[in-house]
Amino acid sequence: MGVLEGRFEESVITTSLEQAINWARESSMWPMTFGLACCAIEMMATGASRYDIDRFGAGAFRATPRQADLMIVAGTVNYKMASRVRRLYNQMPDPKFVIAMGACTCGGGPYYKYGYNVVKGVDLVVPVDVYVPGCPPRPEALLEGLMRIQDKVKGMKDLTKNQPLDVPIPSRTGYVLVPPELSTPELADAWAKKNKELATPAKA
Amino acid sequence: MTSADIISALEKQFGDKIKGKKADAIDPWVVVEPADLPALCRFLKTDPALRFDLLNCISGVDYLEIDPKKVAKAGFEPHLEVVYHLSSFTHKHRFVVKVLLPRWKDGKAGELPEVPSLASLWGTADWHERETYDLCGIRFTGHPELTRILLSDDWEGHPLRKDYEFPLEYHGIRGR
Repeated sequence: MGVLEGRFEESVITTSLEQAINWARESSMWPMTFGLACCAIEMMATGASRYDIDRFGAGAFRATPRQADLMIVAGTVNYKMASRVRRLYNQMPDPKFVIAMGACTCGGGPYYKYGYNVVKGVDLVVPVDVYVPGCPPRPEALLEGLMRIQDKVKGMKDLTKNQPLDVPIPSRTGYVLVPPELSTPELADAWAKKNKELATPAKA
Repeated sequence: MTSADIISALEKQFGDKIKGKKADAIDPWVVVEPADLPALCRFLKTDPALRFDLLNCISGVDYLEIDPKKVAKAGFEPHLEVVYHLSSFTHKHRFVVKVLLPRWKDGKAGELPEVPSLASLWGTADWHERETYDLCGIRFTGHPELTRILLSDDWEGHPLRKDYEFPLEYHGIRGR
């Protein structure tokens, strides 16, 4: 407070209710202690004195989802854990945010092909707001992810505009929607044949 | 005791129940039938000259070449092996016992092959056998509680089998 002390007269500050609430929200993003694998080490480093996530108001790691605003999914999520991740997410009070930290939570990472037990991206289980790639990401990257969450909070208008807060869980299924011309194997064959003919250069 | 001494002590006690042996391997081993395993292991543990008081690990090995082009060169028939690594704190020597199994009991796909459990002999065997059951699909008869230890209880199949097919979906979550 040293810089600001004694600089102002006693006065009234005008602001919109929304801005004030968003400011309060973004400045006290309490994350949930949710380390699943090696990314958790980096998350701890982010919380420790050198990188100090508390500078952004997100240093109060809560041991219960009921008190948390932000879920940092730090580490590999496997199928056995997925139902627990979903339950913890459902237990968090609104508004809630999710950071997918690390390659495994973004899309399976090194376990994408031969991981029989790894969920190929935590966005198949809970809706993700910010993806932080890396294996594991640097603490700076996680801080950047947190700041993007804060940007998102800054733009929230849930008080006045009644923005819908509930996103479908999960927000994506991971299945590719096949266009109608490829929907059956016969149609797909015909489509591939046609494309091949189009690709052959006309003889001079 | 050197590994050759251990093998000769075992042969003296069990005779032709020892189906295979190799004394000059990095980890010297013997092979026994599944039915003879508990007696052999009890001897290994309790004999004062051997006294193998520690079971380091249990490994399940799936010998199966899934590439049809490489089957001829593979040099083995499809089978499973259970490998027991033993150590002795008292005498500071190590030894390996192997059991050969068919991939499926009586050749029926889906029927897991069976080995007698060693959980009553070494406490370590309890969880290791559960893990081997979970991932390799080997049933340990006489185990106190043979349930899956790593994967969830409703999982289908045994992932470290070479012919395992990855699940397309698990409880609504896309796999593969």
